Amino acid sequence: MSRRRVVIPSEEELERRNTVGIQAEHISNVQATDFPRHYPGEDNSWNINKFRNGFRVQFHKNDPLEASFSLIGIHAAVANAFRRIMIADIPTLAIETVFIENNTSVIQDEVLSHRLGLIPFKGGREGLHSFLKWYKRKPNTATDNLGVSDDHFDYNTVLLRLQVKCTHNEDAAEGERDPRKLYHHAHVYARDIEFVPVGRQARYFSGADAIVPVNPDILIAKMRPEQEIDLSMHMYKGVGSDHAKFSPVATASYRLLPAIKIVEPILGVDAEKFAKCFPKGVIGLRKVTRQEAAKQGSGYEGHEGELKAVVEDPMKDTVSRECLRHDEFNKKVKLGRKMDHFIFSVESTGQWESDAIFLESVAHLKAKCKTFEQQVINMVR
Amino acid sequence: MAPRSKTKTETPQGAGDEDAPMSDAPTSHQPTTEEVDESMADPDEDEAVPEAENEEDMLPEEVQRVRILPGSTEHAASFEFLEEGHTLGNALRFIINRNPDVELCAYAIPHPSEPKMNVRIQTFEGTTAIEALTKGLRDLQDICDVVTDKFVDARQEFASGVTA
Repeated sequence: MSRRRVVIPSEEELERRNTVGIQAEHISNVQATDFPRHYPGEDNSWNINKFRNGFRVQFHKNDPLEASFSLIGIHAAVANAFRRIMIADIPTLAIETVFIENNTSVIQDEVLSHRLGLIPFKGGREGLHSFLKWYKRKPNTATDNLGVSDDHFDYNTVLLRLQVKCTHNEDAAEGERDPRKLYHHAHVYARDIEFVPVGRQARYFSGADAIVPVNPDILIAKMRPEQEIDLSMHMYKGVGSDHAKFSPVATASYRLLPAIKIVEPILGVDAEKFAKCFPKGVIGLRKVTRQEAAKQGSGYEGHEGELKAVVEDPMKDTVSRECLRHDEFNKKVKLGRKMDHFIFSVESTGQWESDAIFLESVAHLKAKCKTFEQQVINMVR
Repeated sequence: MAPRSKTKTETPQGAGDEDAPMSDAPTSHQPTTEEVDESMADPDEDEAVPEAENEEDMLPEEVQRVRILPGSTEHAASFEFLEEGHTLGNALRFIINRNPDVELCAYAIPHPSEPKMNVRIQTFEGTTAIEALTKGLRDLQDICDVVTDKFVDARQEFASGVTA
């Protein structure tokens, strides 16, 4: 036999390697071992066609503000890169500078500014993603008396205004106690922020494409008569690694698909108890069929018609490991997680569509690699 | 990348006498040479931005963000990436490790407050460290293409399934 014998692992062995073991008090087999020279004789070198054939995407939900999908057949390093990029590297527009003309409300200038910064905004996609560019502060540029430098243009700065004054409502009913009815503008909401288009911005951000808060009902401050807030704001493009307000996602996370393997039959009352160890819908109860009962060594002999526990939908499992606390199930079930099945959940803050954020993260990683490929060439030169 | 920091003071100024041994200590284990200083120019540093900036070229791409560290040989080399972190580091380490001609590949971020990421590659005779790095970067791009294609297809299928 030649020394370069090619070993092809069995399906069973591949499944074992691909499952993180979950025991009552510890986890096992957490590391991927599918790289060259780990298993003698096996070819685990990178092959894009092998990846293409093994990789699948499955959608569970695709709403503008929330998407959920599975990436199957991908490695944690790459899946994690996508997740990290979604959180920290996809640019969004947010309020960065606040110029306060007057603020007599009880909320302090700096606290108010911070609250304003965190409000998510939306607007015309073309304008946001291609027309608007980074704002880069240039050194030694002239500034006006407010300290605003002259490097602000329609393609890098968006101007907003918030001008509200609380007044008495003359029409309020006698004995009214609700400040919102008793006064005008007792509550300042995100919808009170006014977008001031400058230059070409009117072309990209008008009508339905105007820059407005994603949620108009965000409470910014509360006031009483004679108090007022008068300020203007500059919005810039930024990334989440600089400040969380620039992150396009509320959350972007993944979890591994739980794997529940019933090794020995769980029957009758035990089966019902077993199902109760899991969230609804994970474990189903089926009757043992005649064929199963007739089969020798199946463990179902003489149990025809009894209920048995079957795994219905492991995706709904929370991996609480409750079943491992009961001695009757301890030896009969194996819990784990699929190492290459990533269930992503992406919640957008509203400036991007959730699925677009993921696609952008993939494009971002590709662009990064492309840049460095060229840089490596430059480095060698 | 967006601006991460305003100014970087590489050598602490006005260190007290009792702190003298600290200021003598190098800020990094990596020796700083003339060539290093040039490549270390922060892309976000204002001086790097040309004075007359065009409307469109907002991203100064000319800054060299990867260099080969001293002491490297053809088959065993360390690379220093600037302004990169675990996102690229771990993905790169993963993909380079799948190359059968690579003996070892690892990455490290030597210090959390230095925006540097080092990748170590040692190869067998079949390839060189630089080739392995280039192949890794290309393979990652291939992955991105496949993921994009399959993602768009699955989304299309899901959308038609929901409306039907």
